[in-house]
Amino acid sequence: MSEMASMGGAGMDGAWIDAALTAARPQAVAALLRYFRDLDTAEEAFQDACLRALKAWPKNGPPRDPTAWLILVGRNAALDGVRKRSKSAPLPSEELISDLDDAEAALADRLDGEHYRDDVLRLLFICCHPDLPATQQVAVALRIVSGLSVRQIARAFLVSEAAMEQRITRAKARIGAGDVPFDTPGPLERAERLNAVAAMVYLIFNEGYSASGEAVQAKGSLCDEAIRLARLLLRLFQGEPEVMGLTALLLLQHARAPARFDAEGAVVLLEDQDRGLWNRRMITEGLALIDKAVRHRRPGPYLVQAAIAAEHARAERAQDTSWARIDLLYGDLEQLAPSPVVSLNRAVAVSKVAGPEAALAMIEPLAPRLSGYFHFFGLKGGLLLQLGRREEARAAFDQAIALANTAAEASHIRLHLDRLMTDGAAAEK
Amino acid sequence: MLYAIFCYSCEDVVGAWTSAEDAAVMSRLAIVEQKLAVTGRLGPVARLLPTTTAVTLRKGREVLVIDGPFAETREQLLGFYVVDCDGLEQAIDAARELAMANPGAGAYEIRPIGLYRPVAVRTVLGGAMKRFGA
Repeated sequence: MSEMASMGGAGMDGAWIDAALTAARPQAVAALLRYFRDLDTAEEAFQDACLRALKAWPKNGPPRDPTAWLILVGRNAALDGVRKRSKSAPLPSEELISDLDDAEAALADRLDGEHYRDDVLRLLFICCHPDLPATQQVAVALRIVSGLSVRQIARAFLVSEAAMEQRITRAKARIGAGDVPFDTPGPLERAERLNAVAAMVYLIFNEGYSASGEAVQAKGSLCDEAIRLARLLLRLFQGEPEVMGLTALLLLQHARAPARFDAEGAVVLLEDQDRGLWNRRMITEGLALIDKAVRHRRPGPYLVQAAIAAEHARAERAQDTSWARIDLLYGDLEQLAPSPVVSLNRAVAVSKVAGPEAALAMIEPLAPRLSGYFHFFGLKGGLLLQLGRREEARAAFDQAIALANTAAEASHIRLHLDRLMTDGAAAEK
Repeated sequence: MLYAIFCYSCEDVVGAWTSAEDAAVMSRLAIVEQKLAVTGRLGPVARLLPTTTAVTLRKGREVLVIDGPFAETREQLLGFYVVDCDGLEQAIDAARELAMANPGAGAYEIRPIGLYRPVAVRTVLGGAMKRFGA
C-alpha cells in the first residue's frame, strides 16, 4: 500500500486513483498504441483498464506499478474484444492472463527501456501532424495524451461540446489516414520529433497562459497539463538541455499566475504584481532546472527564455530587475530564434537600460512586420508617452485597442488613454 | 537511537495531485510531525524537488556527472548530507570532494530541496536540541 492509500479513514480514496490513472495515461496509451497500432483501439483499451482499476484497486490495494497494470489489463481486455469479433485471432499467452503479478513485474522492467521512451514520444508526435492547425494539435493532444474530456477542452477553447467533438474526430481521422511512424526512430529523427513535441507542449501552455477574464478558470488547467507533459518529457530525455529549459520556462511563467490578474480580472503588469503571491516552489524548481541545463553550454531558445523569466523571478522587487542582463539574453535569443516579437521584447529591456528614445528607434523598423500586433502599439504608445509625445501616444493606443485580442488587453490600454485624457484636461486648466 | 525515514512514491502520481489534494496531504502529515515535534523527537524534515532536477555523480576512475536521478538497483542508500550552496556547481564540487575522500564505486545523487524545516527547537521537552546537536 502506498503512503497515501493507507492514510486517513477513507482508505484508498478516489483522488489517489484519479491521480494514478491521470499519471499513467500517456505511458499506457502510448504502449497500447504500439501494440495495437490503432489509436481508437488503444484509447478504448486504456478506458477499459481504467474501469477495471476503479473496481479492483479499492478492493485489492493499488498495484506496485499502476502503469504496467493498466497496460497489461488494457491489452488483455482489447484482445478479448478482438477474439470475440474474430474467432481465428491468436490467443494471448496463458501466463500473461493467469499470473498477472509476474507479468506486471516483467513489463515494469521493460518499461524503463528505450522502447517505452519512443512510445511516449510517438504518441505526442502524432498529435503534431503538420496538416493540423496549431489549435487542433493542442486539442487532440489534450484529448489523447492528457485524457481531458471533450467538455473540458470545449470549455477551454470557448466552443460548444459538439463542435469540439467534431473537430477532434476530424483531426483523429487525419492522423489515422497518415503514416503513423512505428519504426524505432534514429537519433536525428528522434531529435526532430522531440523538437516538434516540445513546440506543441509550449502551445498547450500558451493556450492556457494567454487566457484572460472568464476564460482564466477554464484554461488555467492547460498550463498545469503542459507542465506535466514537459516533466514527463524530461524524465524520458534527461540529458536534453532544451527540455530542461522548456520545463523551467513553463514553471517560472506559471509561478506568476496568482498575481497576473486583480480581483476584477484586469491584467496586472509584471512590474506591478505582488511578488509575494508568486509560487515559490515552482520558481525553485525552475531555477534548479536552469542550473542543470546551463552546464551543457549549448543554450537553445527555450533555455534563454527561461533565463529571462528567471531574471524576473530572482528580483525581489520590480526595481531590482537586472534589465541589462535581460537585454543581453534577448540579444542571444535574437541570434538563436530571430523574430520581430523577440526584438520588440528586447526593446522593453532597452527602454529600461538606455531610455525610451533608444527603444523607440529600435522598434520603428519592426512596424511593417508588426502592423497587426497589439503589443507593438501598446509598447509604442507607452514609449511615446514617456517622451511626452502625447498625440502620437494616443494614436498608438487607439491602434492597440483596435487590435486587442481580449477585453482585458483593451481595458488595460484604455487606462492609459484615460490617464492621457485626465492629464491633458489638467494641463489645459 | 536516531532513525531516518525515507519517503518513496510515484512522483508522476504525486505530480498529478491538484494543489488542494497536495495541501490536504501536507496538512495531514503536519499533524503527525507535530506529535513528534512536541516530544522533541523530530529532526529536520525535507521535501525534495522532482527527480527531473537531479544530477548524479558516478564514482569510478574518473567522476562522471550525469543528468537525472540515481537509477541503479545494485547499490543501496547508505547516508545523506544536506549542504547549503549558491547553486548546482557548488553542490557538485562538494560531492566531488566527498567522492575523492571516499573513492571506488558508488554514486552521489544531488537533488535540490524544495521544502526544508530544520529541527524544531521550541519543543516541550527541549530534547531535540541535545539530540540533534542544534
